[in-house]
Amino acid sequence: MNTSHEIIIAGFGGQGVLSMGQIIAYAAMMEEKEISWMPSYGPEMRGGTANCIVIVSPARISSPIITQFDSAIVLNQPSLDKFGKAVKPGGLLLCERSSILSPCARTDIEIFSVPAFEEAQRLQKKQVANMIVLGAFLERRPIVSPENVLKALKKVLPERHHHLLPLNEQALQRGKELAHECTNVTAQ
Amino acid sequence: MKGNEALAEAAIRAGIHAYFGYPITPQSEVLEYLALEMPKRTKLLNGQNGVLLQAESELGAINMVYGAAGAGARVMISSSSPGISLMQEGISYMASAQLPCLVVNVMRGGPGLGTIQPSQGDYFQATKGGGHGDYHLPVLAPASVQEMVDFVFEGFRLAEKYRTPAMILADGALGQMMEKVTLPPEHSLPYPEKPWATTGKPKSRERNIVTSLFIEPERMEEINLQLQHKYRRMQQEVRYETIETADAEILLVAFGLSARISQKALELARERDIRVGLVRPITLYPFPTEIIAAMSHRVSSVLTVEMNAGQMVEDVRLAVNGHCPVYFKGRMGGMVPSPEEVLAEIEAIDAQVEKSV
Repeated sequence: MNTSHEIIIAGFGGQGVLSMGQIIAYAAMMEEKEISWMPSYGPEMRGGTANCIVIVSPARISSPIITQFDSAIVLNQPSLDKFGKAVKPGGLLLCERSSILSPCARTDIEIFSVPAFEEAQRLQKKQVANMIVLGAFLERRPIVSPENVLKALKKVLPERHHHLLPLNEQALQRGKELAHECTNVTAQ
Repeated sequence: MKGNEALAEAAIRAGIHAYFGYPITPQSEVLEYLALEMPKRTKLLNGQNGVLLQAESELGAINMVYGAAGAGARVMISSSSPGISLMQEGISYMASAQLPCLVVNVMRGGPGLGTIQPSQGDYFQATKGGGHGDYHLPVLAPASVQEMVDFVFEGFRLAEKYRTPAMILADGALGQMMEKVTLPPEHSLPYPEKPWATTGKPKSRERNIVTSLFIEPERMEEINLQLQHKYRRMQQEVRYETIETADAEILLVAFGLSARISQKALELARERDIRVGLVRPITLYPFPTEIIAAMSHRVSSVLTVEMNAGQMVEDVRLAVNGHCPVYFKGRMGGMVPSPEEVLAEIEAIDAQVEKSV
């Protein structure tokens, strides 16, 4: 991709939203792009809501803090309420399906939801739900190549968890498939 | 790398002998990173492993820095706003005793214990002395993770060249964010001679005395004159960055994270055909007065953007000296202005300029 892409990823602390952002950032770095990764780092790190802003750009990035996004990935209702309206017209809003009680009513953006928690349970490991969402996102917005995502995953996942790499890969793959199976919510 | 970790790695590569600190959000990663890496990778002047010590308090830590710096060690300390306030006594003593060291302030919202969110509320404290007495520190304001690295080297260079504590004035966001960095080679910062250090008296010279107590006023004034002479010499170290200033009608002045946000606002304004430029002070002391003074003759107005109630804007007004209006946009207490908020300010100024033409 030759244009810059501005993403917000938000959810509860512990869902892995910061790691998702790091994986995108590391993968983009491997592709010689400019990146910035800005986490929320307040008390939310200890179990409340957490988010990170990731910017991937071919050119020098001015502000790492922005309020309008090309894509928003939300894993809970408060994050949808907060960032659903911050997606630029024509942008993408990706939700985790079971977490959303009242969906976003906007018609000027692309909205779709993946049943990531349900699928993660099927894979016998609910912690990989974030990788399912990430797989789905990157299928819709191929900002970085799948090979580099795997390399970045290895970097972000602590070594003591490296035996879980195959499972994470499987989750990314499942997300990729779901991106095709799940129709846009906008149409409903 | 994360800003705090990049800064800590740079300190190791700059060959620090010692680090003293006390944990405080949002810079605890500096201490954590150094605790893992320093014992393996740093050495003292006598060949023993480098010293990392978590002191009993910020007061303890800064006075350990005083001791280590007096003995000629390359020493760093880091903290965040409330912790830096606690260290001011020690910093004033070191300014008086003319000891080099690097103090890192990863600012958070205040006053008081405040919040852990990013702020630039310590500009006055950093640039106007901070503690008691007539002194200044050279102050470097990074705006990227790369500069968190580069300014560790630059900070030590200034501190050792001028025999003074130097300060890096960052903020919580720069400490927590990740960006690409290029790291300098290990031990690539040469150690200057420190003939004044208290390293044990050989027969060949008199005792070296490190003190900040000069009870006779005549002697104290002499020391003050020396310090003031040093600060005048330090003016040559002024550094700043200019962005799109050649045809600018409105000039933004901002440092650190505010400068990054202002640059985004500049881009948005230029898309709307408003000619905006940016001067980013890199050294906050010495302050880039001349460029701002020169620009004030060429632009219609100046807008200063800070994450405080308006501190640097006073230095900007002194530089502009009435040549054009100086406006201010700020957020406080850990809130960060958005590029759109800054843009709105630019548009309001632009509308006013249009009206008066």
